[in-house]
Amino acid sequence: MAMLEIEDLHVAFPKGKKAEVEALRGVNLKLEKGERLGVVGESGAGKSMLAFSILNLIAEPGRVSQGSVVFHGENLLELSERDIRGIRGNRISMIFQDPMVTLNPVLTIGTQMVETLKAHRKISDAAARKLCIAKLKEVAIPSAESRLGAYPHELSGGLRQRVVIAIALLTDPELIIADEPTTALDVTIQAEIMALILKLCREKDVALILITHDLGIVAEVTERIMIMYAGLCVETGPTHQIIQAPHHPYSAGLLKALPQFAGRGTRLYQIPGSMPPITALPPGCAYHPRCERATELCKAQIPPLEHGHACFHPIDQTEAAS
Amino acid sequence: MTDAIIETKGIEVRFPLPTHFLSRHKPVLHALNTVDIAIRPGESFCVVGESGCGKTTLGRTIMGLQPPTAGEIHFNGQRIDQMDEGARKPIRRDMQMVFQNPYASLNPRRNVFETLAEPVRHLMPEKTGPEVRAQVEDVLAATGCDPSWQRKLPHEFSGGQRQRIAIARALVTNPAFIVADEPISALDVSIQAQILNLLNDLQAERGLTYLFITHDLSVVEHFGTRVAVMYLGRVMELAETETLFAAPKHPYTRLLLDAIPKIEGGSFENLREPGELPDPVNMPPGCPFAPRCPMAEARCRAERPELRTLANGTEAACHFAQ
Repeated sequence: MAMLEIEDLHVAFPKGKKAEVEALRGVNLKLEKGERLGVVGESGAGKSMLAFSILNLIAEPGRVSQGSVVFHGENLLELSERDIRGIRGNRISMIFQDPMVTLNPVLTIGTQMVETLKAHRKISDAAARKLCIAKLKEVAIPSAESRLGAYPHELSGGLRQRVVIAIALLTDPELIIADEPTTALDVTIQAEIMALILKLCREKDVALILITHDLGIVAEVTERIMIMYAGLCVETGPTHQIIQAPHHPYSAGLLKALPQFAGRGTRLYQIPGSMPPITALPPGCAYHPRCERATELCKAQIPPLEHGHACFHPIDQTEAAS
Repeated sequence: MTDAIIETKGIEVRFPLPTHFLSRHKPVLHALNTVDIAIRPGESFCVVGESGCGKTTLGRTIMGLQPPTAGEIHFNGQRIDQMDEGARKPIRRDMQMVFQNPYASLNPRRNVFETLAEPVRHLMPEKTGPEVRAQVEDVLAATGCDPSWQRKLPHEFSGGQRQRIAIARALVTNPAFIVADEPISALDVSIQAQILNLLNDLQAERGLTYLFITHDLSVVEHFGTRVAVMYLGRVMELAETETLFAAPKHPYTRLLLDAIPKIEGGSFENLREPGELPDPVNMPPGCPFAPRCPMAEARCRAERPELRTLANGTEAACHFAQ
């Protein structure tokens, strides 16, 4: 049994008085210990929704309408609020996009770190502080002792995100869910932070679910990839295999649209149109209005996820090579 | 200078910072420090750098949205930085701007027709009502907008569609020069390619000159003819795009290039710790990049390198660049 198994997960939001729309429409996911998975998709594809539902953090009025999230044999969606707190922020940690928002601006770094630790461990103040300093050193924060007394605004964006990572690591989690952890940062700082996350995950054998829209980062950091479109996984498999030979036309389109693959002065490949909102999904495969391979079948039925891709007319390897 | 469409001569922008009224020390933030660039007609001149490097201030200063503290700006050989609003009006027709966030740059209460007609009515008062309408319809067609959009409000459009409208607004007065400040950063990956292609097509059709401001070097490589790399208000390297990517001369340019996540992976494995930006208010006397530079020597900390032309035509502000 895998460490984390998500089966047929549906998240629904009410639309009007009676109807509901689905932000996730049946997502399956397996994650082994120490495995690093990248979840890629455009805004509205449901990637953050997936992350939030793992820890049962879907905000009202949304709800998980179907499916299970099994972590070490235990369905997290059935746990009481009290029981899930033993897992959330303890065995599964989260890193969010903007460290200025996730850190409390009126508490010092030290207070916030000790607080997290004491919520999950019986530990003395002195021992907690010692552990916090050790964690700050692990994420390469210079003069860690003196930083405990600092407030978030006194640190730069990169240092703040390091503090967030240190907090995520405090309880030695088995899984870290990172939701666009570097989107708010500059390129050089982004590279540092991603290199740090990669190193720590490897050293401590921590599993990672990395949510991002940046295929370059996924290629650098993850072993497996899951590409989402309109609330469904459209393709999944080993990262480098998919980047080299995608089967789903959407994955292929995303990759081809990257400027680094086009010669200078040439036109970029462009996927026509944009992703439909969840309130106005077309029948059949949600991608068919934008897809050059679409047929009548695609308009009628949702393709099942088989052999790692959900497409009736996948691009096969020989065709991709030619 | 005769052949440049835009030329800046030693422009500086200083922002005084709030101080205590008794304090004799008056801190000043140098947003731009003696920037000399000359943009040739028909090129896509890119400015790259991290946040706070002054790239947006440069665009705003050229557009006349931010008066320079010192220096001169010339448009087609005519000095424009000291003009009053009245004298500037005919020039505004020829210089327009596209902003980063199409959710913020369009007036939410104004329909598309009103948004597009406003610059024509204001800057081309000789135009009659039907002529204004014709001009709006022409620019909508040229930017791939549907004529039916005219009566709609911004909230009815997706991000990519809004950015098309913002581009249409910039083009409606038939300008020769466009400042595009991170025009694709707020958009989804599949939409970014659409907008970049549109900007390229429009340039070919209308002979536009672009000042393209971005933090994303992979976009520069695809889009730019020449690039200026900025750091803390100064140009560190200025080169033809191909030359810059083939042979980066400034250590900061190399740092930026190393930080791009690569689709082939592997670049985060041996990442050098690039360190943090110095405080832009209390700048060190020497090279602004010296605190982060692996090559820095005593001379770099004492003496600021000026931008100089190297053998291959690249201009770099580094004592050791060859």
